[in-house]
Amino acid sequence: MTDHWLARQLRRLVMILGLTVIWALFSRFGPWPPYLLPGPFEVGQALLAGMSDGSIARGVLVSLKRLVLGFGISVMIGVVIGLLNARFALMRETLGLLVLGLQALPSICWLPLALLWFGLNESAVIFVVVMGSLLSVALAVEDAVRHIPMIYLRAARNLGASGLTLYRSVVLPASLPTVVSGLKQGWSFAWRALMAGELLFVGPGLGRLLMLGRDLNDMAQVIAIMLVIVAIGLAFDRVVFSRIER
Amino acid sequence: MSAVELKGVERRFALGQKTLAALGPIDLTVARGEFVCLVGPSGCGKSTLLNLVAGLDRPDSGEVRVEGDIVRETSPDRIMVFQDGGLFPWLDVRQNVEFGLRVAGMPEAERRNRVDQLLAQVHLSAFAGARVHQLSGGMRQRVALARALAPKPRLLLMDEPFAALDAQTRDRLGIELQEIQAATGTTILFITHNLREAGCLGDRVLLMSGRPGRIIRELCIDLPRPRRIEDEGLIDTIRPLMADLRREVDAMAVS
Repeated sequence: MTDHWLARQLRRLVMILGLTVIWALFSRFGPWPPYLLPGPFEVGQALLAGMSDGSIARGVLVSLKRLVLGFGISVMIGVVIGLLNARFALMRETLGLLVLGLQALPSICWLPLALLWFGLNESAVIFVVVMGSLLSVALAVEDAVRHIPMIYLRAARNLGASGLTLYRSVVLPASLPTVVSGLKQGWSFAWRALMAGELLFVGPGLGRLLMLGRDLNDMAQVIAIMLVIVAIGLAFDRVVFSRIER
Repeated sequence: MSAVELKGVERRFALGQKTLAALGPIDLTVARGEFVCLVGPSGCGKSTLLNLVAGLDRPDSGEVRVEGDIVRETSPDRIMVFQDGGLFPWLDVRQNVEFGLRVAGMPEAERRNRVDQLLAQVHLSAFAGARVHQLSGGMRQRVALARALAPKPRLLLMDEPFAALDAQTRDRLGIELQEIQAATGTTILFITHNLREAGCLGDRVLLMSGRPGRIIRELCIDLPRPRRIEDEGLIDTIRPLMADLRREVDAMAVS
C-alpha cells in the first residue's frame, strides 16, 4: 500500500521534472526568445517575488472571494431552479428551455450588460461568475432529481413519506452524487468565467495580475500566475470535491 | 369485513393512439389473515392489480376497498415489497428498516426496540450496521420484508419478491414468510409466475388470464403449514391449474 503510493509519487515527480527540463530547453532553444517564453528558473523567481511582496496572496484572496460568493449565489438559485424544473413540467417547458439556451452562451458575453447594469464594480464581475455556473448547476440538479429510480420514491411514499419529508429523506440523498458532480462542473465554469471577467476588468484579482504581467512585458509573471491558477483549480478538485464525493 | 375487496376493477393504458385494456374486469375478495397468491403469464396485469390495491395507481372503473374503505392513496397500512427490494442504498440496514417508523415520528427508544425485534425476526440482527450493497440478494429481501413489516401493516403486497433469488434461498424465505404470517396474522397478496411457489405459500391460488388480466381459476390449498416446496402432495394439488397456466402463457406469447 505504502510502497504503491510511494512509487506513484515517484513517477509523478519524475514526470514533472522531465517536463520542466523540456520546458527549460524549449525556452532556451525554442522559436521564442526567453523574454517571451521564460524558463522555469525565471518563472520560479517571479513566483517567489509575487509571494514575498504579497501580490499573489492578495490576488488569490480577491479572486477566491469573488469565486466563492458568485458560486454560492449560483448554487442557491440553481438548486431552486433545478428543483422547480424537475417538479413542474410547465417550468421545464418554459424556463427549462431558457436555461438550456443560455447555457450555450459563454458567460463573459454578459460582461457588457453587467457593466451597464451594475457599473464598473465588484457586482458586475460576480454577476458574470453567477451566469457562468448558475445554469449548469440548475441543469445538474434537474437531471439528478428526474433520474432518481422510481422504486425509491414509490417505496418511500408507500411507507408514509410525503412532501418535505420525502425530499429530505429520499430525493436529496438519492440525487446527491449527480448533484455533486454537477456542482463540480459549475465550479470549474465559475472559475473560468471569473478569470475571463478579471482579464477585462479592474480590481486586484489574479486575472488582473495576468494582464499586468502582459502590460509590463513580464512573461515570467504571466506564467507564474497561470501556475497559481492551475494549482488552485487542482486543489479544489482534489481536496474539496473528492472529499464531498466520498 | 374483508381485508381486500375489488368490484369490477378495470385498468387501461394509453398506447400511442390506442388504449390497451390491461386488467379486468376483476372481482376479488380476500379475507383477513388470508395468504392469496396470484399467478399468471407475464404482462397479464398482476403488478397493476397490486399497484391498485397499494394506492400507487387508480382503476379506470370499478372500486378497490381495503378494510371497507375505498383506496385513494398509498398508506403504511398496505405495504408493497418489490422484486428487487427497493432498499435505500444510502442508508444502512437498521435505517432502512426504521424508515417508516421514523417518518411516522416514533420515538427513538421505541423505534430501536421495534427494529431489533424485526431484525431478529428476519435473522439479520448481526447485520444492522451493514450497507445494502454488502448484502446478498436473499438478505436484501429479508431487509425489505422487515422494512415492510415495521409499520405493522394489515396488508402486505408482494410483487414477485423472491423471483430474483436462487432456488435454495427462495425456499428458505418462503418458509420464513409463512412463519412471519403465522406470527403476525398479516393478510398477504403475493404475486408469482411460479405455480409451485404459489401452491406452497398460498391458502388460495388465483390464476389470471393473459391481457386483459382476469381471474379465471381459483384453487384452495388445504395442506398443513409450514409447507415446503418439495412437499409431497403439493404437485398433485396444483396439477389442475398447470394446463390452464400453460395455455395462458402460450396465448400471451403469440399475441
